Amino acid sequence: MRPFDYVEPETLDEALALLAEDQDDTLVLAGGTSLVVLMKQDLLRPVRVVGLRKLAQLRAVASGDKGLMIGALATHGMLARASDVRGFAPALAETFAAVATVRIREQATVGGNLVHADPSQDPPVTLLALDATAVAMSKARARRIPLAELFVDVFETSLEPDELLLRVELPPLPQGARVTYKKFLPNTVDDYATVSVAAVVATDADGRCTHARIALGGAGPVPLRAREAERSLIGRRLDDRSISEAAALAAAATDPIADLRGSAAYKRAMSGVWTGRALREIA
Amino acid sequence: MSEHRIRFTLNGAPIERVVLAERLLVDLLREDLGKTGTKDGCSVGVCGLCTVQVDGAPMSACLLLATQIDGAAITTVEGLAGADGPSALQDAFIAEGGFQCGICTSGQLVAAAALLRASPDATAAEVTDWMMGNLCRCTGYYGIARAIAAARRP
Repeated sequence: MRPFDYVEPETLDEALALLAEDQDDTLVLAGGTSLVVLMKQDLLRPVRVVGLRKLAQLRAVASGDKGLMIGALATHGMLARASDVRGFAPALAETFAAVATVRIREQATVGGNLVHADPSQDPPVTLLALDATAVAMSKARARRIPLAELFVDVFETSLEPDELLLRVELPPLPQGARVTYKKFLPNTVDDYATVSVAAVVATDADGRCTHARIALGGAGPVPLRAREAERSLIGRRLDDRSISEAAALAAAATDPIADLRGSAAYKRAMSGVWTGRALREIA
Repeated sequence: MSEHRIRFTLNGAPIERVVLAERLLVDLLREDLGKTGTKDGCSVGVCGLCTVQVDGAPMSACLLLATQIDGAAITTVEGLAGADGPSALQDAFIAEGGFQCGICTSGQLVAAAALLRASPDATAAEVTDWMMGNLCRCTGYYGIARAIAAARRP
């Protein structure tokens, strides 16, 4: 690894000041599971690394009337175990538990995960389906970013170099909403998903769909929402026909690349199959 | 490039060292502190050979900067045995044939010891999930699974 200078700010203000003064050659270290690998492989060459470990307030997780708040430094392991997370949506806790291995889950943070912007990761998919908003801050301003607008391209976000992701916020779920996360793993259990699907639905007393969110991972350059598929379900019963139509629309919304996990056509087809399975589970 | 004074405990003993910012924990342990039980395998956090416990939680020493463990309690395989010999878990690995070539064994032991402490009543499925990230190319895993199950019994 190339030499670099390391700084550990004691306060958020100090961290934001460091990011403001040197925007080109400074990178932020949260858990480090991605940053350290990319530095070892010489793909990232920061002159200075700002370590966040002393900013304990960014580790907080809380739930209440306004929904669920997850601090950027909460680790995947913490979130998989947190009663606030499981109480909000068991599928969200299971999403964090589905990431990689126990070692990665104990070290890697949700903020680092989101900022890394790997389209095959698990948490962004379920967080998208739960209408998450990212809250970022720079020395000059605070900013709320709907999660879908955080992801710009593979490994690229809309954060400015002087901005720090502080937390994600999830609004309360509609009454009676059901949530699921499906990860298609044809190779090994610690692999990245070939494709993954998170779905949230709510229905009225007649069984007609009043709320639908479908998000996909591994299916394009960014984790994506299948908005046409969502719209197609509103006002309908969640039966074989409406689910098959939504699954086809979700597959059509994907833009996968061919890689060692399959061809683009295969991943598109699997996006439809797993969207159908997700919706049937919570119909 | 910058230098940092870090303090931590290693298998219960207090350690104080000045490290470069880019020093990895796995190199600090093996090269500076002579604790070569922790192996460096894939170097990208996948294989589990370098598993250590950081405040009881298993992590990859190849993915941690030494500065990140300032203030922490680190346990390596050298810390598992007691004054009177191998731990029950280590004895079980021997009795059940939980290793062949041995390269993955310290990581397997450190990961399994963390599990037995965090969830002494872990089910077989939970053991499998927890140990999934510690790869072994010899045993087929059955001996390792038997050893952990045996050590779990009171």
